[in-house]
Amino acid sequence: MFMHSLWHSVRLAAFLLLAGLAGVAAQAQSKGAPPAPVVDSMRGATPVDKESSPPILYATENKDVRRTRNYAMQPPTIPHAIDNYQVDKEFNRCMFCHARTAAEAAKSVPVSITHYMDRDNNVLADVSPRRYFCTQCHVPQADAKPLVGNNFVDVEQLLQRKPGVMGSSK
Amino acid sequence: MFDLIKRYWKTITRPSAYYSLGFLTLGGFVAGVVFWGAFNTALELTNTETFCTGCHEMRDNVYQELQTTIHFTNRSGVRAKCSDCHVPHNWTTKIARKMQASKEVWGKIFGTISTREKFLDKRLELAQHEWARFKANDSLECRNCHDYGSMDFTRQSPRAAEMHSTYLANKEKTCIDCHKGIAHHLPDVAKAKEQ
Repeated sequence: MFMHSLWHSVRLAAFLLLAGLAGVAAQAQSKGAPPAPVVDSMRGATPVDKESSPPILYATENKDVRRTRNYAMQPPTIPHAIDNYQVDKEFNRCMFCHARTAAEAAKSVPVSITHYMDRDNNVLADVSPRRYFCTQCHVPQADAKPLVGNNFVDVEQLLQRKPGVMGSSK
Repeated sequence: MFDLIKRYWKTITRPSAYYSLGFLTLGGFVAGVVFWGAFNTALELTNTETFCTGCHEMRDNVYQELQTTIHFTNRSGVRAKCSDCHVPHNWTTKIARKMQASKEVWGKIFGTISTREKFLDKRLELAQHEWARFKANDSLECRNCHDYGSMDFTRQSPRAAEMHSTYLANKEKTCIDCHKGIAHHLPDVAKAKEQ
């Protein structure tokens, strides 16, 4: 019990000290130092009154070759350009070719049966509203430099790793 | 006054009695050139984008949509204006289309699509007219620029090359069959099939 209350008061003291320091810092800032520039994730550190140079746009890969999925449940990526495709309440340009009835003539991959199911697994006549907006899950790809690092390992490789290696199954 | 009109009328009814044949031939020729020039200039004026977008129906609806498409902005800057796709280029069919367009003048006067809502309600019907026209003339207005003989399939995506070398080549399909809504937003096409 004693130890507990001691720990409690130490924590309280530390908190008060920190709060005091923060207050002093805030006061110092309001007195003279200019506020730290707000960094916008889109424009980077470029000040608002300066023009930023945007990164170059990479061309969408348009080879029409189906790509391997990185994991079993991955929504397949789109192997072609979809510039200006109209997907709204009037018309769905994706379904123009990927609908069940259009797939043969268009030689496309018809969307899977799951897209016709509502959340209670009832199969509907047409694409389920919750699956209607294709690019929520399916995206085209570009051969661009990744913005962040990634050490994703396919589960098949993961299972083959020796025990003790990072990311191994044992 | 009456005498004056009578005198002119006599001259007009029998011009060869008052003017030389050479003058009448040459005069008729010059007048014809002037008339034709004026007619054609006026006709071409109705083919300009400024004319089409002079009315809010076109400017606020379809022209806005066109501006987001590749037929308006692209890497080489070649672009299509309204009449390139919606008015036939050769003379006879152009005149026929222009006569049909008198109904569009009627529509303008009576405000058939004077609001966004009216336009959206009417859009499917209007689109169907254009699709029927393209289907009937084998997408002639597309082909005025996009020549099948000049298409390099190796420069198309495999998917496009496949389609063009089969359905387009054997004339089973024409451009508009697959490229509806290439320059404007599409209405609910499913409704068209119901009718």
